[in-house]
Amino acid sequence: MNKLKKTPLYEEHSRINPEFGSFAGWILPLFYEGIIPEHNHCRTNCSIFDTCHMGILNFKGDIAASGIETAFTRSISRIPNGHGKYGFILNENAGIIDDLILFRISDDELMIVVNASTVNKDFKAISERIKSGELTDVSKNTAKIDIQGPLCLDVLRDTLNLPVEQKLFEIRKYALLDKKILLSRTGYTGELGYELFLPPDIAPRIWRTLINDPRVKPAGLGARDILRLEMGYSLYGSDISEDTTPLQADLAFFIDMDKNFVGKDALLEEKKRGHEKCKIAFATESRRAPRQGYSILLDNIEIGKVSSGTFAPSLNCGIGLGYIDSKSKVSDATFMITKGKSINIAAKLVKLPFYKKGTLRYPHTNTLH
Amino acid sequence: MNIFYTNEHEWLKIDGDQAVIGITEYAAKQLGDITYIELPQIGTSIKVTEVLCDIESVKAASDIYCPVSGQITEVNSKLQDSPEIINASPQEDGWIAKIHIQELPDKSLLMDHQQYTQYIDSLG
Repeated sequence: MNKLKKTPLYEEHSRINPEFGSFAGWILPLFYEGIIPEHNHCRTNCSIFDTCHMGILNFKGDIAASGIETAFTRSISRIPNGHGKYGFILNENAGIIDDLILFRISDDELMIVVNASTVNKDFKAISERIKSGELTDVSKNTAKIDIQGPLCLDVLRDTLNLPVEQKLFEIRKYALLDKKILLSRTGYTGELGYELFLPPDIAPRIWRTLINDPRVKPAGLGARDILRLEMGYSLYGSDISEDTTPLQADLAFFIDMDKNFVGKDALLEEKKRGHEKCKIAFATESRRAPRQGYSILLDNIEIGKVSSGTFAPSLNCGIGLGYIDSKSKVSDATFMITKGKSINIAAKLVKLPFYKKGTLRYPHTNTLH
Repeated sequence: MNIFYTNEHEWLKIDGDQAVIGITEYAAKQLGDITYIELPQIGTSIKVTEVLCDIESVKAASDIYCPVSGQITEVNSKLQDSPEIINASPQEDGWIAKIHIQELPDKSLLMDHQQYTQYIDSLG
């Protein structure tokens, strides 16, 4: 445990005795009160998540001249200042090095929010793809708190006194305790939500202020994983990796094919010859949960494996993502999710998102009812 | 009525030749939020140490073992749609099955409350 890194909020968590776990080399709460109560609270009220472990890279320079466009699958030139876009860094084979959000802070400044486990890999990849400009890893100087749930806008306005009025993916500067902070309307839950980027030294005080609001409860990694999976969002390392391409992962939407980027040729190749495996989303016909590594069987033949799975409290059934052999035609058929001889769960394909009542797109002036 | 505990964290309330079975608070906490339980069929004969039922929590799939031999006479069907009752009240409302006892296990495998408390303390 002594090699694990602590976030600036570790002491705050310790005071209320959560169940800690390790994630990407960090010690973080898995849950405080319980995974399902925390999940439910986020979908109905306001939850805060310690996401300080995530990687934050800063780029300053001439976007066009630096060649940084070649690092990402999204067109940076089409991102207006004060906005962000979700996309990927690919390797030469179109394998996903990471999924991330690219924020355009100004004409010549980007903030790139990446996964905790891949920061160093991402830094190296982007560095290799640029010929000028300055790339800095600012993860250590940036704390992050995710605030998500239908009541979170009210909490930001009343309790933090931030006059928030943002569209989805918009990012703005504010002052909090006389320090500069950034707030983006982004998240990983499918609810109305924001990510707060702030100096580590004020993070504990802001966390405590939020927790003292009766509408707010902290939520750990356990709840976070169920919330994102209910939306069908991929988790890097489970559902996407360097062994999957965005086409296989059914995420072609997040590729702008009208620009040059590393991996584009491989993607075009793959489009031509077809991809050998494809991601599916399914729900089980019971409360039993598919889990990572379980087999997917159609007519008794294994056609793939589950990449992520859980019981979905919002739906009272099991849900999952997995990859199957592209040649298998599943369509409306019932197939089986199995583990050894003891677990055999019937499942069917489902259109994402699994959970369809999320408040993600509430207009900024919205009141709940 | 006598209450006994096993080292697999099941409890049994024995009243004559009837036993009510469930899992202890310790087991429920270890499992976390319980999301599914496959209740056994009424009338099934079951032997001690055989799997009584499958149980799943947010964390993992698991098994509950039967601490006695006998025949299942009743199951707590409320748990089908609300397995979380086990987390809320593992030793009362969260009872799992009632068994007509044919054979008790060796006395050495059953602990009383004090012995069980010492046992779970020793687990750290």
